[in-house]
Amino acid sequence: MSQSSNMALRGQKTISKEQLLALKQEMNAKALTKRRIRTGSRLVVNIVFAILILLPLLYAVSIAFMPSGELFTTELNLFPKNPTLQNFIDAFTTIPLFRFVLNSFIMAGSITIAQIITCSLAAFAFSFLEFKGRNVLFMIVLATMMVPGEATIVSNYLTVGNLGMLDTYPVLIVPYLTSAMGIFLFRQFYMSFPISLYESAKLDGCSNLRFIAKILIPLTKSAIGAMAVYTFINSWNMYMWPLLVTGSNNMRTVQIGISMLNSVDSQSITMMIAGVVMVIIPSIAIFIVGQKQLIRGMFSGAVKG
Amino acid sequence: MNTGKKKKINWTPYCYLIPCMLVFAIFLFYPFFKTIYLSLFLTDRMGQAKIFVGMQNYIDLLTSESFRQSLQVTLIFVVIVVIGGMLLGLIAAVLCNKAFPGIRAFSTAYALPMAIASTSAAMIFQIMLHPTVGIVNKLTGLDINWLNDPDTALICVAILTAWLNSGINFLYFSAGLGNIDETIYERASVDGASSVQQFFSLTLPGLSPIMFYTLVVNIIQAFQSFGQINILTQGGPDGATNVIVYSIYRDAFFNYRFGSAAAQSVILFIIIMLVTLVMFRLEKKGVSY
Repeated sequence: MSQSSNMALRGQKTISKEQLLALKQEMNAKALTKRRIRTGSRLVVNIVFAILILLPLLYAVSIAFMPSGELFTTELNLFPKNPTLQNFIDAFTTIPLFRFVLNSFIMAGSITIAQIITCSLAAFAFSFLEFKGRNVLFMIVLATMMVPGEATIVSNYLTVGNLGMLDTYPVLIVPYLTSAMGIFLFRQFYMSFPISLYESAKLDGCSNLRFIAKILIPLTKSAIGAMAVYTFINSWNMYMWPLLVTGSNNMRTVQIGISMLNSVDSQSITMMIAGVVMVIIPSIAIFIVGQKQLIRGMFSGAVKG
Repeated sequence: MNTGKKKKINWTPYCYLIPCMLVFAIFLFYPFFKTIYLSLFLTDRMGQAKIFVGMQNYIDLLTSESFRQSLQVTLIFVVIVVIGGMLLGLIAAVLCNKAFPGIRAFSTAYALPMAIASTSAAMIFQIMLHPTVGIVNKLTGLDINWLNDPDTALICVAILTAWLNSGINFLYFSAGLGNIDETIYERASVDGASSVQQFFSLTLPGLSPIMFYTLVVNIIQAFQSFGQINILTQGGPDGATNVIVYSIYRDAFFNYRFGSAAAQSVILFIIIMLVTLVMFRLEKKGVSY
């Protein structure tokens, strides 16, 4: 740029200070509207997609409140005209839903607690203790993840049948007392602690179990939270194994119990969906409460590629 | 440190492994080998191995029309589930990538399907696809009996499964997107790359490690779907949704042919193992880190 035009520019600038400010404001406003439009359209697209994803659930909730006569029309009825709670009451009187829910809580709760204990014990040994065959044993644990549960389910059924365990709580719980994924997840966390942590605790006379309970578990709360949420939801939703090994109403879990509503006549569709909605609520509640834990625990190191 | 005298093995470490190894031994290793053993026998109704038949169960399966159909159905099912589930998860993750008001609520919504049981979802879909009262026929104005038509039943069950899997896929992809360096987008914007170009040349390659992991998990999971099929179609109509896991269940617990069911279990295991191995072989070539 030449000297003279530079001078001219400087001259202009002094004149149009307000103009410049106005220009700046205008540009800012433009950028703001642009940003607002972008955020707005992002919001709209998200709302559409979220409705699409949640459609089955929203539809289920809507039907659960619908009087059963209202469902059987040819016109489009997205929302109940006369919302009613009758379906929920009917669902409770048709099947022993309380008992099913209780069974599922006992099963899922026991599995979750047991897995956290067995997995942290094993992960502790794999990450802090030196012993012969450590790597081989760990590889074996990892290899178990390759065996699909459905490939062993027939043999497992025959085993528990021969042991006379069918239709009891233990048969629902015992096969799931540990999980390779849990061991892997916890080990991943424990490996991030320096071995000196363990050694100094040891020097201070801290026993192994005390070290796990007082130091490791408090330090890995997020991993335990993730594991607990994941395991509880998965056990709550378990279907094939409980279907095979439970026979009486006293032992059925919600997932099996709720599908009993399925066989009832078609007039009771609304009641069946009311039952489904009630069964979904606990797992959704736990998921929403534990979501942050789950994400933090699952992705801090474990799955970085 | 170790002198010759101190050769005593320290057993304490193994004690910590006893609980998990015991469970694995009884409910995983033992049944695994027992399945292989059973697959070589004809069994009685109680599941006791009676007559050794060698590979006959396998030969019967591989030459039977219905098992070949079952394999084919499983393959189509897995392809639809994996592509559908990953696509839903990926779209949701991309939509939720940049901050905007309400992002927390939306990400909860997108992840929510992972909390839903296959049974509950199946029963809801059953009503949605109901020929007279279902919302799908009402909205589209069609009159299709979705679950009783061999042409549509498999697709419906697969879409349901894809929906169920989309929740966790969303979490995987979100984590993957979070790992991509933001500054490369800024640089690309300055260079004038459109957002579509950015998606294909920056986002997708950046996602490839997690994409690979998600793909493997999705394939393995899709092979194991059972609840939704048992509730919606029971393998029908005409075996159109008779995936391998359902076929195993049917053979073992309705026909009491435990030997044949065991052979199918072994085949399922081999397929999953092969797919996993091939995927890992491909990963070494294809994934850019």
